[in-house]
Amino acid sequence: MSDDGIWILGIHMTKFGKHPDKDVIDLAAEAALGALADAGVTMRDLGVLAAGNLMSMGAPTGQLLQKQIGQTGIPVYNVSNACATGATALRTVIMAIKAGECDLGLAVGVEKLAGAGLLAGGTRKQEAPTWTPQGRYGAVAPIDGRIGTETMPGVFAQIGLEYGHRYGGTSFELFARISAKNHAHSTLNPLAAYTKAMSVEEIMNDVMIAYPNTRPMCSANCDGAAAAVLVSGAKLRTLDPDQRRRAVKVSASVLTSDPWTESCQVLPDVNTLTRQAALAAYESSGVSPDDLDLVELHDCFATAELVHYDNLMLCPEGGAVDFFESGAPFRDGSLPVNVSGGLQSKGHPIAATGIANVYEICQHLRGEAGDRQIEGARVGLAHVIGLGSACGVHVLERAA
Amino acid sequence: MDYLRLEPSPCLLAHECVACGARFFDRRNACAACSGTSFREAELPTEGELRTFTIVSYAAPGIPVPFVAGVVDCGGTSVRANVINVVPDADHVRTGMKVRLATYVVGVDSEGTEAIGFGFEPLDGATTPADARETEPGKEQP
Ligand SMILES: [Zn+2]
Repeated sequence: MSDDGIWILGIHMTKFGKHPDKDVIDLAAEAALGALADAGVTMRDLGVLAAGNLMSMGAPTGQLLQKQIGQTGIPVYNVSNACATGATALRTVIMAIKAGECDLGLAVGVEKLAGAGLLAGGTRKQEAPTWTPQGRYGAVAPIDGRIGTETMPGVFAQIGLEYGHRYGGTSFELFARISAKNHAHSTLNPLAAYTKAMSVEEIMNDVMIAYPNTRPMCSANCDGAAAAVLVSGAKLRTLDPDQRRRAVKVSASVLTSDPWTESCQVLPDVNTLTRQAALAAYESSGVSPDDLDLVELHDCFATAELVHYDNLMLCPEGGAVDFFESGAPFRDGSLPVNVSGGLQSKGHPIAATGIANVYEICQHLRGEAGDRQIEGARVGLAHVIGLGSACGVHVLERAA
Repeated sequence: MDYLRLEPSPCLLAHECVACGARFFDRRNACAACSGTSFREAELPTEGELRTFTIVSYAAPGIPVPFVAGVVDCGGTSVRANVINVVPDADHVRTGMKVRLATYVVGVDSEGTEAIGFGFEPLDGATTPADARETEPGKEQP
């Protein structure tokens, strides 16, 4: 790998929300063609394509996309890695470029989720008329609801309350205020699924899903796609000055999975692998949390945002409540978090999310974020997590 | 459940890795912590502390709501379970509360076989008002 690293040459996302007239490939094509146009290259310039999608039941999304926008015979990777799918697609292209297999590649993440109900964590089997112990637990009936919960809102509610139990300072209202921040931020993002500010009272009085997460504190299921064109530093040097000026440096690209912890067998541990990903990203980029101008983190639930302030080391260990109370993560604070509106308001089309978080950072680093621009942004961090667990962290820097 | 032993008195049994002591409730091909392949049976304390919880109000069809789901620390081993015999609201459930193992009849199948489930109930009866049972339709108490 050359020392001048990996750069994002072009990036695009569709509006998140309901797209009843577009299928998965239409959305992927819109994002991909947008990213190619933004990069100033075509499908013929690319050496690799990685496509992320979770809900199409094994369809070759990448090849179906090629049929719509250009079949050039390049290797295609269809990736699936829970909510970290988009970040994994991005990283797949980065690995191919780092390995020297090609110097330009495209990563796409796409999902159709509008109208999807509750996403359960495990597969559930039907109850039979007579009970026979089955499966790894020897259970006679589905265990969700009988032995704890497997649903995402419940799992992340427990993760938030566990943090509160360990360090103190949390309350139902605190989590609602975190959500209110992100809903307020989304009012400036025309691509967000929801752009309506919500008061703390409205959020607390909305439908309870899994205490303390009410409906607006849960990620919004929606349709959407995002795509990025990546280029090696060596290749970038041969391109036009305007392409070089707008390119964003990928200073770190890290993917982790759960290391063994005692309790991760019964409640997913989203903390340890995020901490390890953040640490690796800071070490490999030479960027410290103090250098960050903005962060897009995986607020799949309001409770998750709190623990990730700590996991991403935006505050001292145990200091997430103080970090929030200081006003730091608001868009006028010292370290704005989720100025896009986050997953709670911008929306969470699962496989698109990882690239969409990178898109948000890139727009600010390029000074192209419009009304929601964080002035003078030079360094940003994008984080996603997929239960199971997988964590992706990307550190991005503006071209000098 | 394979890991619930009812006689002589109910308790939970874990598969404990002989090499490193890691505990699992399902059968394992090898240990997730050290990759060892030998396991022995380990009996868990029946009392523990509620480390975290949630009150699920919205679940898949057929699951009675609201219910309290949580993680109980039983002498250093984490157990996922429902908290039962408690009013399912944030005034009656708190992290750090002491709980003990309790069993109940989940239901009876078409051949009359009873299925016994388990949960944890507050050790301190003060959090269990007399009307707690009526809040859990379909669940018989042990
Ligand atoms: Zn072991």
